[in-house]
Amino acid sequence: MTGEVVLRVSGLSARIGHQQVVEDVSFDVPAGEVTAILGRNGAGKTSTIKGILGLIGRSGIVELEGERIDTLATDRIVRRGVGYVPEDREVFASLTVAENLRLAERDASPRRELVAELFPELITRGAQRAGTLSGGQQQMLSLSRALLNDNRILLIDEPTKGLSPKLVAEVVAALEVVARVVPILLVEQNLNAARRLAARLVVIEDGRSVLSGPASEFFEDEERLIRMLGVHGSGVGGVGTA
Amino acid sequence: MSTVALLLITGLGLGALYFLVASGLSLIYGLMGVLNFAHGSFLTISAFLAWEVARRIGADSWGSLGLALLVGAVVGGIVAAGTELLLIRRLYERHIEQVLVTVGLALASVALFQGIWGTDPQYVTGPAWLAQTTDVLGARIPNNRFLLIAVAAAVLLTLLLFLRYTRFGLVIRAGVENRSMVTALGIDVRRAFTLVFTIGGAAAGIGGVLASHYFGYVSPEMGASLLIFAFIVTVIGGLGSLAGAALAAVFVAVIQQFANFYLGGTGDIMVVLLLAVVLLVRPRGLLGRRG
Repeated sequence: MTGEVVLRVSGLSARIGHQQVVEDVSFDVPAGEVTAILGRNGAGKTSTIKGILGLIGRSGIVELEGERIDTLATDRIVRRGVGYVPEDREVFASLTVAENLRLAERDASPRRELVAELFPELITRGAQRAGTLSGGQQQMLSLSRALLNDNRILLIDEPTKGLSPKLVAEVVAALEVVARVVPILLVEQNLNAARRLAARLVVIEDGRSVLSGPASEFFEDEERLIRMLGVHGSGVGGVGTA
Repeated sequence: MSTVALLLITGLGLGALYFLVASGLSLIYGLMGVLNFAHGSFLTISAFLAWEVARRIGADSWGSLGLALLVGAVVGGIVAAGTELLLIRRLYERHIEQVLVTVGLALASVALFQGIWGTDPQYVTGPAWLAQTTDVLGARIPNNRFLLIAVAAAVLLTLLLFLRYTRFGLVIRAGVENRSMVTALGIDVRRAFTLVFTIGGAAAGIGGVLASHYFGYVSPEMGASLLIFAFIVTVIGGLGSLAGAALAAVFVAVIQQFANFYLGGTGDIMVVLLLAVVLLVRPRGLLGRRG
């Protein structure tokens, strides 16, 4: 599977209100691996993800397995097989964990076993209101909503944000398992997590994609890492969100 | 004691009317962010058409009352769904335009109703029992109050069960909290919008039929006059909260009745004061969500 392009973004521009936040961003996401979007705070990483999904105004071409999806509404893009895990989790606080999961189920045979295997704690907390979960548990719930369906790609925005080191390790381990099933486009501020997960990188600077290529090459070049992200290769975090 | 009982039960009856109108307003605003000033028109058209049907088959039977309520619900639902599909759907996120369109529709519909049915009230009759009274703690309570309370309670229960146990109910509850995330889960939230408009219109339609029995007549302005209090109830209850709307409807109507009787007809002023206090002390309303 690796090598085939599952998602192609060409000349994507996006705006929030009247402000241009992403401009002419282009990259490919190959099947069978994790592609990470990196960049400084406010660079336009989250906006790129939202632009792909049509959650904010955008122009440019987005193709999913060769078919254009940039003309579709967000719900139709997601139903084509683009799973989304937003920054800040965005679980429905007043609904129970079970209701959050039920709401996300699109397929006739949702993959409840996979969710139960990865996050057994969620199953035992089915009747608990999602708003009362810890940050880590909410992240697991947010990930689970995307995993329930047979997606062609997952767009995951800052899954380790605000989590303790122990929870970061758990989430990264879960994503490693998930990545074996479905390709991931990942926005990640934790460089160690990105290094562990990503096979390819896209670096965004001031709303533009300035680098796209194998992750190993980028992480080996410490000087370029510092110049582009303002951190050392051994740093954890330091790369912000947009 | 008899006066208190009379005011209390009459207040509950009026509160039932307020709830039937406010429930739709609250859900529509909570889910879609639409301030629907045309909601009163759904009530009035339903009341007029139900009255037309009932008087043709003999308005004094329970069967005709039942049919009138059904006609009211169906007409209210259809008119509301049509309004959403033809006018509101094109204007989501354009709040000024929404207000202009719904206010315009409300004004135009009153003129239309006046053109069809005249400006004078059309007096309504129903089963004889509704015109009679029942003695409660020494107070002679008009029986139509009990009907209003029973129907509103049934509507509240039905809506709560619908929201709690159906897939659409789940989508609506989630949409009230975070509409864009519902869309990002692959759910076409516009279908929920139409459904909520339809449900709200049906509840208003039932309210219109019951209001015609409460007041004894139908008039082109009936919906608009009830809409003002329904908006107040919606804000006090908390936008998007059905239980909040029910609670606030009872508060508002009972306070209105008591103030009118004991404080020299100041019921409307007291309701506005109550609204001001709630906005100052608890801006999200009694059961509204934080933020």
